[in-house]
Amino acid sequence: MKKDIFKVAGKTLKSRLIVGTGKYRNFLETAKAIKASGADMVTVAVRRVNILDKKKPILTDYLNPKKIILLPNTAGCFNSDEALRTLRLAREMGGWKLVKLEVLGDKKTLYPNMIETIKSTQILAREGFKVMVYCTDDPLLAKELENNGASAIMPLASPIGSGLGIQNKVNISLIIKQSKVPVIVDAGIGTASDATIAMELGCDGVLVNSAIAKAKKPILMAKAFKNAVVSGRNSYLAGRMIKSHLALASSPFKGLI
Amino acid sequence: MAKIQLNGKKVLFKSNCSLFDLLKKYKLTNKKVAIEHNGVIVPKINYKKINLKNNDKIEIVHFIGGG
Repeated sequence: MKKDIFKVAGKTLKSRLIVGTGKYRNFLETAKAIKASGADMVTVAVRRVNILDKKKPILTDYLNPKKIILLPNTAGCFNSDEALRTLRLAREMGGWKLVKLEVLGDKKTLYPNMIETIKSTQILAREGFKVMVYCTDDPLLAKELENNGASAIMPLASPIGSGLGIQNKVNISLIIKQSKVPVIVDAGIGTASDATIAMELGCDGVLVNSAIAKAKKPILMAKAFKNAVVSGRNSYLAGRMIKSHLALASSPFKGLI
Repeated sequence: MAKIQLNGKKVLFKSNCSLFDLLKKYKLTNKKVAIEHNGVIVPKINYKKINLKNNDKIEIVHFIGGG
């Protein structure tokens, strides 16, 4: 069997699970959960340094960028200018060209503003960034992103942090079928089985934050997600049986006493 | 003294000091940070070349936890 390799924006990843680093109780828990998840790529946000407390530890004291790929995101940006500013700063910080773009459009749902998202994708791609793009699950808009240079399409399963799981499997499937770049379900995953479902649909990867960080035992949940993604991928590669509306006996009738 | 705005807060800093000196003061020279000087992102190699002036607006950012 051909080796199943996950390559995104020129980087080969061992795990198809990408995890976020937000909402944990502390940095130690963040680091332990990441380790348990087996992820080799994690998302990070860009914010002001706290100048009032010089001694406070910071996230990068706990994450070694040599061992783990940091994927800077634009969470909290509501227009193209803010997102571009954030990612250009991130590039200066670490020399990263691989970034996650998310331009939000609504404070209640944190739904992406796709017009600004497409605009930003185009500019960033021209500047040489490799852009993984958070987007709605609309196949036409996903295609538009790909045509504008997105390195990965990241449709939401459901609103960010909602834990509602995949709401529109049909759309996610359509996006997977048409895309030539990796499709990674991002946002709304609530529990390990949601990740398995995404992988069984044929997603290339899954991005999870709240479902792990907000679990009662985040480190155990991180492990659950690691296995869920592997199971879902294997199940997809194995190819599921055909569904039937009637029973088909598992034991032969021949030789029945 | 130069009156600068650092990460949205008014801060007094010695005149003729560079961005590198500013990082040193906040113990950030060995940390992964990026600087915006009056709205322009400063490449790391220029930290020692740029001196702070009155009314400069400085943003120092870093990576924090996020999804």
